[in-house]
Amino acid sequence: MSEAPVAPDAKRTLSARGLSKIYHSGEVIVRALDNVDFDLFRGEIVVLLGPSGSGKSTLLNIVGGLDAPSKGQVFFKDQELTRFNDRALTAYRRDHVGFVFQFYNLIPSLTAAENVALVTEIAPDPVAPADALALVGLADRIHHFPAQLSGGEQQRVAIARAIAKRPEILLCDEPTGALDSKTGVIVLEALETINREFGTATALITHNADIAKMADRIVTLGDGRVTSVQENENRLPAAQIEW
Amino acid sequence: MIGPLNRKLVRDLWHIRGLVIAIASVIGAGVATFVMSIGMVQSLDETRTAYYERYRFADVFGAVKRAPEHLTRRLSEIDGVKTVATRIVKDVTLDIAGLNEPATGRLISVSTLGRQALNDIRIRRGRGISHGRPDDAVISEAFAEAHGFEPGDHFFATINGHRRRLDIVGIALSPEYVYSIAPAALMPDDKRFGVIWMSREALAAAFDMDGAFNDIAISLLRNAVPRAVIADIDRLLDPYGGTGAYLRRDQVSNWFLSSEIEQLRTMATLIPTIFLAVSAFLLNMVISRLVATEREQIGLLKAFGYTNAAIAWHYVKFILAMVALGLVLGSAAGAWLGRELTEIYTQFYRFPFLYFRLDGSVFAGAVLISLTAALIGGAGAVGRAIRLPPAEAMAPPAPPTYRRGLLQSLPIVKALDQPTRMILRHVSRWPVRSALTTLGIALALSLLLSSLFWLDAIEIMIDTQYEQAERQDITISLTEAQSRRAIHALSHAPGVTAVQPYRAVPIRLRYGHKSRLVTLTGAVPNASLNRVLDASGRAVSLPQEGLVLSANLADLIGAAPGDMVTVEVLEGRRPIRRLRIAETFETYLGTLAYMRIDALNRLLLEGPTISGAYILADPQMRKVLHRELKDIPKVAGVSLRETAINAFRDTIGDTMNVVVGFYVLFAGLLTFGVVYNSARISLSERGRELASLRVLGFTRFEVSYILLGELAALTVIALPLGCILGYGLCWIISSAAETELYRIPLYVDRTTFGFSIIVVLIAVIISGLIVRRRVDGLDLIAVLKTRE
Repeated sequence: MSEAPVAPDAKRTLSARGLSKIYHSGEVIVRALDNVDFDLFRGEIVVLLGPSGSGKSTLLNIVGGLDAPSKGQVFFKDQELTRFNDRALTAYRRDHVGFVFQFYNLIPSLTAAENVALVTEIAPDPVAPADALALVGLADRIHHFPAQLSGGEQQRVAIARAIAKRPEILLCDEPTGALDSKTGVIVLEALETINREFGTATALITHNADIAKMADRIVTLGDGRVTSVQENENRLPAAQIEW
Repeated sequence: MIGPLNRKLVRDLWHIRGLVIAIASVIGAGVATFVMSIGMVQSLDETRTAYYERYRFADVFGAVKRAPEHLTRRLSEIDGVKTVATRIVKDVTLDIAGLNEPATGRLISVSTLGRQALNDIRIRRGRGISHGRPDDAVISEAFAEAHGFEPGDHFFATINGHRRRLDIVGIALSPEYVYSIAPAALMPDDKRFGVIWMSREALAAAFDMDGAFNDIAISLLRNAVPRAVIADIDRLLDPYGGTGAYLRRDQVSNWFLSSEIEQLRTMATLIPTIFLAVSAFLLNMVISRLVATEREQIGLLKAFGYTNAAIAWHYVKFILAMVALGLVLGSAAGAWLGRELTEIYTQFYRFPFLYFRLDGSVFAGAVLISLTAALIGGAGAVGRAIRLPPAEAMAPPAPPTYRRGLLQSLPIVKALDQPTRMILRHVSRWPVRSALTTLGIALALSLLLSSLFWLDAIEIMIDTQYEQAERQDITISLTEAQSRRAIHALSHAPGVTAVQPYRAVPIRLRYGHKSRLVTLTGAVPNASLNRVLDASGRAVSLPQEGLVLSANLADLIGAAPGDMVTVEVLEGRRPIRRLRIAETFETYLGTLAYMRIDALNRLLLEGPTISGAYILADPQMRKVLHRELKDIPKVAGVSLRETAINAFRDTIGDTMNVVVGFYVLFAGLLTFGVVYNSARISLSERGRELASLRVLGFTRFEVSYILLGELAALTVIALPLGCILGYGLCWIISSAAETELYRIPLYVDRTTFGFSIIVVLIAVIISGLIVRRRVDGLDLIAVLKTRE
């Protein structure tokens, strides 16, 4: 656990120090995170790798303001997230964080454009929903309801929804987990485009090592600890990834 | 040994305990109202019967001017007559310390030897009348309580022109005066009308009735033909000034009591029906939801080889569990409330005892009705569970498809934000459920309205009767008809500003084979004080000749305007005339017959004669005037407007208030049940959606808006619908509760609408807040990890 304050760095969007998360599940104590440090810099793509139960999602949930650590600190720029109350965390998610989930979590009663508008309506400086959907290649599907879209299309709507508010951080938890490889690549391309266009710091959870090829950095977790951090010198475009 | 399915049942019930409680309480409220009302009506009915039987309430009553005692033997020889009791009954004015205006006392002779042969009295305090003590008086309990009289107290009465001191020796109850109503009054007024029992000797001496009587009570044998007996009695009494015998059903007190009980009976059947219909709907919602969430489990069970019957039975048991809980709660509450209410009514009616009996049939009825309602409600959902093919059941359901309906193209919808569109689409996606939720709230509102509308109806009756029709301050009735000159004396009394005479005679109105005993009132045309008004407030003009009848009276004898009816006068020279019904008019209160006072005088073969007068008095002089009236010997009764209004409010109001109070409570419960269920189920179906929104940065408030906004929207639709339904329900009740005594005006005041809406809104808000708390507790992390 690091006691030292985080050095100020204009490029550092997010930093976590000494994060621990302990769940009490009945009489069993589960140590989901154990003294983890994590940074996310502007414009980079970080892939979090690791087997089930390694703590990836817990880490993402904590830095995304969905969960609180049992110990440790999280900073968003110079603000300490771990001191935020529920209201401030909601505002943090609303203004700065985009989420993409494995199961899309679209609102079935709203069309693609409306699902995006859901977020743009409450954001201070959003991208127009149609533009956001065009960015992910869905310009011609904007008036479709989720039930009328394929899985890959639904996931791209979810990405458009996540980035339409121009978030500084994009957190993706197994975004291709429910998709076949061909559709998955299209989704990854969309994430790549966003990262390039907006410079959004993107953290992507996967247990598919092939996807790590598109990352700037690869953080591997195991048993609640960071087991390795690798800089990826030969970043591949998403289109060239195959699995 | 408990099988795994039963364990599942118990755990699932525990898991959805909030819903179980909400549904059970709606069923319970239905069962409670059913058990309470039916039990109460049954008990009151039986208590009344037992009271009448034990205290030998007579079957036939009659009054006569003065008949010799030896007539008794001939009366008892009439075919079908069991017992004949002759009495002396006289109305006199009373002077009571502390009461400014005169009161009316009805003196009734009793035997000093033990119990009375008929219309026995129950001494509650003190003792009965002793032989040889002419000033002993036993007074009615209501009268005693109104004045705080105890045995040992005394008051004064003007008996046959002499002021006499009467000593209260006992306080009693009588089946004949469950309601004691003064002559010409519409409602009981215990302060100004009291029943006084005195010894036969004392009254015979005071009224010169030695060896004579002026009132009879008769009980009949089981096989008696009432109409024939009445005809025989009338034939015997006619020569002595009989005013016509009548049956128990026309006896004023019994008539009142019966219509009250009938009214309670109407309420008792209508209200529980609404509750059980709503609980059927709630069960349908919950079981449908349960089946939807348990698709996979149902598929699995089928894959394991459980039969359709076993699965259906499993879900039926859910229903049974909720019904059972509702039945237990409802029966217990209903039995308890029924007992309490009956107790209240027993005191109100002054029954000397109470039979509270809930027989098994009431509970059996409750079980049958609530089970039927619940199973009808649950049948569809259970059927869906059975029809699910196992393979399909185990796959997740297809996401609900939404469509852009016609609504979407409206510019107003385009202007809406996304959460509002979600609400709109969700409502139109599940139209049946939305409609039923709306209906449920609307029904609760209508239930409230139909309970509270009684109070408005009473006010309208008071307004029509006392503010518009009877504008006099005082109504005076004379002991016997007098020359119209008596008016001059009255108009010179202190404070009197206007006087309007009236003539009233008892008549038997006959049309074909139907007849009715009523008072025919001779009124001044174009009167300013006491006017003949119809229900809408229009003045009814009295024709030169001929009768004007209230519509309900015309209906009773089956006559219509233009028909010739026979009027048999039961007073004086007792002429019999055929008269035309010139007009009928709608009225809320009483069976009324009018003609012009001069025409009536001619009919009676008399000069200008009056029976009393309506008086308008200077409010500042009222005390003096009241004192003056106490001393006018021929004044038999004085009734004051304010006290009549108060008496009206007390009598009808008090009986209704208690029941209305309970129904308001239950209607609140109903609203809560419907709204809580809807919101709770919506939350369980859309928890994932709402949690996703929370993750996206929507605040708790914004997320609650989507969930509760839908309820608010449905409530907004439900409110006008409920008002319309409620009005309809009031209409049904007002026609069902119509008695000979009164017709319930169909009028619901704006404040009643307002109050009912507020009660419903409070129930909506409370249930909304409870569900809102669950929105705050949504698990944001779990939702991301689970499949739809």
